[in-house]
Amino acid sequence: MIGTNENIMEANGFYLHTVPTKKFKTISITAKFKAPLSRETITQRALLQQVLQQGTQSFPDRSALQMKLDSLYGAVLTMDSSKKGDYHMMTVRLETANQKFISDESAIMDETIELLKEVVYNPLSENNAFIPSVVAREKDTLKQKINAVTDDKMRFANMRLLDEMCSDERYRLHVQGYEEDLEAITPESLYAYYRSMLREDQLDVYVSGDVDVNAMETKIKSAFMRDEEQNSVAVITESMKKQDHPQVIIEKQNIQQAKLHFGYRTNIAFGDDDYFALHVFNGLFGGFPSSKLFINVREKNSLAYYAASRFESHKGLLFVFSGIAPKDYQQARDIIEQQMDVMKNGDFTEEEMANTKELIINQLLETMDNSKGMIELLYQQVVADTERSPETLIEGIQNVSKDDVIQVANKLYLDTIYLLTNEGTDTDE
Amino acid sequence: MNKLTYDHIEEVIYKEKLPNGLTVFLLPKPEMAKTYGIFSTNYGSIDQTFVPINGRERITVPEGVAHFLEHKMFEKADRDVFADFGKQGASANAYTSFTKTAYLFAATNHIEKNVKTLLDFVQDPYFSEESVEKEKGIIAQEIEMYNDQPDWQTFMGTLKAMFHQHPVKIDIAGTVDSIHTITKDDLYTCYNTFYHPENMTLFIAGNFNVQQMADLIKHNQASKDFASMEDVKRTYPDEPTSVAERERKLTMPVSIPKCTVGIKESSAELTGDVFLKKDLLQSMVVDFYFSKGGPFYRQLYDQQLIDASFYFETNLEKNVGFTFIGGNTSDPDRFADQVRELLQSTNQAEFNAEEVDRMKKKKIGLLLRAMNSLEFIANKYIHYDTVGVDLFTIIPVIQSLTVEDFNTFVQNWIDDKRIAVCKIMNE
Repeated sequence: MIGTNENIMEANGFYLHTVPTKKFKTISITAKFKAPLSRETITQRALLQQVLQQGTQSFPDRSALQMKLDSLYGAVLTMDSSKKGDYHMMTVRLETANQKFISDESAIMDETIELLKEVVYNPLSENNAFIPSVVAREKDTLKQKINAVTDDKMRFANMRLLDEMCSDERYRLHVQGYEEDLEAITPESLYAYYRSMLREDQLDVYVSGDVDVNAMETKIKSAFMRDEEQNSVAVITESMKKQDHPQVIIEKQNIQQAKLHFGYRTNIAFGDDDYFALHVFNGLFGGFPSSKLFINVREKNSLAYYAASRFESHKGLLFVFSGIAPKDYQQARDIIEQQMDVMKNGDFTEEEMANTKELIINQLLETMDNSKGMIELLYQQVVADTERSPETLIEGIQNVSKDDVIQVANKLYLDTIYLLTNEGTDTDE
Repeated sequence: MNKLTYDHIEEVIYKEKLPNGLTVFLLPKPEMAKTYGIFSTNYGSIDQTFVPINGRERITVPEGVAHFLEHKMFEKADRDVFADFGKQGASANAYTSFTKTAYLFAATNHIEKNVKTLLDFVQDPYFSEESVEKEKGIIAQEIEMYNDQPDWQTFMGTLKAMFHQHPVKIDIAGTVDSIHTITKDDLYTCYNTFYHPENMTLFIAGNFNVQQMADLIKHNQASKDFASMEDVKRTYPDEPTSVAERERKLTMPVSIPKCTVGIKESSAELTGDVFLKKDLLQSMVVDFYFSKGGPFYRQLYDQQLIDASFYFETNLEKNVGFTFIGGNTSDPDRFADQVRELLQSTNQAEFNAEEVDRMKKKKIGLLLRAMNSLEFIANKYIHYDTVGVDLFTIIPVIQSLTVEDFNTFVQNWIDDKRIAVCKIMNE
């Protein structure tokens, strides 16, 4: 029922993952470039993914490229940046309609692969540099994107929480980059970085949809290539500061609703034995509308529209988010902390455990019904450098005991509380 | 049940209208792990003025009632329905739009139990004075959250500028003031009028056995009593075709100003082929001009008037339609003037065969892509069914559109009197 059968092969210095499935009416090809998170490269990577979408040698501006995509039955090209644990991922994705649903079409797939190859390997450039006007324009776009974070208060609060919580760790770095680092980037330096990224990043290519595995492997191998061996880029693990008391950061803006965010350390990553129990812990604590946080912060006390928790699978962090009336800060904070104590004391039933496990498994299976979600879930294994298939994940979650969850709860500690509140509100700290 | 087969996209749908009036669609997709169920009433925030069931006088209810009702459906005398779904491994949710209120779940297990829970909780309301009062705090926080979102403010601001009377200009959730006037009786009046099976649709898509599912639904519905009912008499104010305000300015703490240009596409009742043709042409033509690489996108981009936040969307409902073009811009005045000017120029536009072919290919491919999602299929199928269109026959209709169809549409598309602008400036 999971409906995936991931075929992995090493070829031409990268890993090719083919995932045949009849779930989708499209075929997608996803290339993932993985490199250590670093301040030196993060802004270049953010800018690069924008510049690469502005044209190729054969389709020398965005209009020409877009017209080609449109004529391939609205093929969708996306690029984005994300961070997982100590790594930065740049994802290039091209998705197109499966030609079997369109009468008189047989060349869509070949042309799509050809186009993706062109976008990745033959971007618009001259004399080993990107086009200066394109780079300048995309710098402006990126600058506005960086500044616009302050308009989304939930994202802003989350970013500020990480700034403070991980101030000495690379995980604090902003995926969208830094405005002050843009000036030093030139069309030449960005192109040089692009070449080194192709050489040095770990590359994984995923193909999913109703495809023939052998035929697909042959096609993709002829499109993606590099001379070097696959790189497994290791990062030196940083020691984190450990403090006795959580730090509390309060900031004020002219807003109606306060954002109260908590950052905990779990010290549990995707490959660890207690990762399964962390899933169950999060489900009981704040992952669902039936969880402790939603029931107590929202339903019982009407303090918030949302109150939830989410964990990061590679860095070992867990976050609580809530949007509250500024005056309710202390009450909401007390309730959230009490609920964590409730978890540590094991004050939840076997029935809640069973229901929560089912919800998590449901969520994982649903993710596998989504073409993008499926690849993200499979790729977790590459990020963690651990073989742990979705089936193994589900089995592991099923086997979690109440004691396992209590142990995880007691391993967690609160690192930082971040409150973004209204300028008129007094907060006693 | 009535079996509908769509060979070109390899889909099958089973359809039946039950004796109590409920319309049921079943879409089996055995290759998916998940089943998605949605129980939807043809009732949204714009249905503010109507004759209640068993009543004779027309009434107008407070702003935000449909959405308030949606929240309160989950709370019963003795329990919370989210928990019921949770115990059955399902995630449940609900939404209220301008024209619909929908309750939904997704699950990979206990499908029949979850369908039963979905039907039963929506058909068994429980509202008390106390629980209505309690909900006001939660919804007030939801409204405040939206009040802090500049994107939502520009969306609503543009609608308010465009429409004189039509209740589409009212915030779906209402205002903090309006929701405080809502009573238990308001909720029952709206519930009894709009949640009658005659006014509702159930759509189940995913991994289940069709025969068993059909039996379960029929049995469940046959065991409940509903008064007989005719069509709800709803009243919408007469809405002029021109916009109410040419321009509206708001101030908020924003890092970059925002500007949205709104085109008032329709304020008339449309159904069937006429609706679909307008719906398709409107969305394809806007996409042609404003998607990345489109001629208007290019001009705005080259003049540094747009950034990555640039967006456009078109919307067509049974008696109201609009198109939005907007985003962050350092110069909202120039952005608005430029977009107006570009739109005006389409009165003389003429598409060639190649452009039309590309538009059609793109639309077909994107529709196939959207059909990867059970949620999309179920929601859009209901959306189109309400106006007498079958989602699964849209691809052949797209294929049949001619160059002349496009040219006739585009040359009559824009009238400056139907364009409004909303700007959000920093305080």
